[in-house]
Amino acid sequence: MLTKRIIPCLDVKDGKVVKGVNFKNLKFAGNPVNLAKMYDVQGADEIVYLDISASPQGRKTMIDVVKKTAEQVFIPLTVGGGINELRDIRKILKAGADKISINTAAVKNPNIIKEGSQKFGSQCIVTAIDVKRNYTLKKDKICVDDSNGKCWFEAYIYGGRESTGIDAIEWAKHVEKLGSGEILLTSMDADGTKKGFDLALTERIANEINIPIIASGGAGDIKHIHEVLTKGKADAALAASIFHFKKYTVGDIKEYLAKKGVTIRI
Amino acid sequence: MRPKVAIIDFGVGNLRSAQKAFELNGANAVIVKDKDTLNTCDAIVLPGVGAFCDAMNNLNPFNKLLIENSKDKLIFGICLGMQLFFEQSEENGLHKGLKLMKGGVVKLPNNVKIPHIGWNTIDIKTENNLLKGIKSKEYFYFVHSYYALPSEEITLATTHYGVEIPAVVSKGNMVGTQFHPEKSGKAGLRIIDNFVDLVREM
Repeated sequence: MLTKRIIPCLDVKDGKVVKGVNFKNLKFAGNPVNLAKMYDVQGADEIVYLDISASPQGRKTMIDVVKKTAEQVFIPLTVGGGINELRDIRKILKAGADKISINTAAVKNPNIIKEGSQKFGSQCIVTAIDVKRNYTLKKDKICVDDSNGKCWFEAYIYGGRESTGIDAIEWAKHVEKLGSGEILLTSMDADGTKKGFDLALTERIANEINIPIIASGGAGDIKHIHEVLTKGKADAALAASIFHFKKYTVGDIKEYLAKKGVTIRI
Repeated sequence: MRPKVAIIDFGVGNLRSAQKAFELNGANAVIVKDKDTLNTCDAIVLPGVGAFCDAMNNLNPFNKLLIENSKDKLIFGICLGMQLFFEQSEENGLHKGLKLMKGGVVKLPNNVKIPHIGWNTIDIKTENNLLKGIKSKEYFYFVHSYYALPSEEITLATTHYGVEIPAVVSKGNMVGTQFHPEKSGKAGLRIIDNFVDLVREM
């Protein structure tokens, strides 16, 4: 049976892994290849590198990191951050990545999803959607109720800095039609809080689309991972801090999930 | 002895992981774009990324050579590479394959999320040296939207995702895996190791 996936995410700046909250107090946490190897040994199902360099030199360095990773780590690797054009995708895949993740570029030019999936295969194209709840109701938006009232799910770009006015549920359906293979769904409201994933958001999107969802944002405890893979209906859970700050190993999480009856690779 | 393994370059996607995985297991793995280099190799790998139609177009210059080589060299088809062995695929229209294996390639059923992405277990139906050391219900990494329906008895192992899917096929000098051995951790590397041993024994 197909298992749920546990995916550690490494933020990489100029070739080094950084950890911190909301880009403040960035601490250098080590060599991405070594960390990827460590997570592989712990039982990670995939690895995600998020390039937060925001510079051409940083992007070049990322290619080297991917090449070195491909020599030593033999589980799937997704690279995201600053991918703008088809040739960026080609370069990253050629260097040894299996999937790329695009967010801002997809909103600015949705055609990149279509062309990318036709050229490289939909399985290579992960569309990342950063979502924040918006309590200013608008007619054409899909509204939900929460403890703070009615809201809709708004998509954000540029690393969560710019709102788009786009309904995230509609956007998820649209990118599926364009050929995206998976959605990497990050709740900005939950991200960094360690209080759990946004289950309502994840479940809602899972009900509307037929491509896999990787949930991200909010993991603080093992229970949260269990919740998002069950109640939240996500196919995979992505986390950073709980692994980097060594709160749990991937093995700890998988053992717990297996005990709870979740189909997981051990 | 380091067998020379040709990894055919279809022009897109991640070939590096496959190359490194074969190198790790003792092969001299070269990424090949021309017929002359292909001729100097001891075995061939048809890698697994892209779409059926594009792959067949890019493979065109190699077709005759591949069919000839399949008589005395081992060929390993990975994912899409395995699908190319068959007669045709319905991916993005009906397209002809290499016709080295009988049967066609069809889309996964609508009652499951497509693509089939992630780790799934295989059931071994027939023992084979390619599967030496692989235990029953071992996990491998799958990522595909289409699957093969062989019309001959060539399936060594299956997986299940909405429908029973051939995970490993073998006919003559050809082997194919629907999963990506170069992305399946230790178990995948074991399969590659087994293949390199088979090449050494040829």
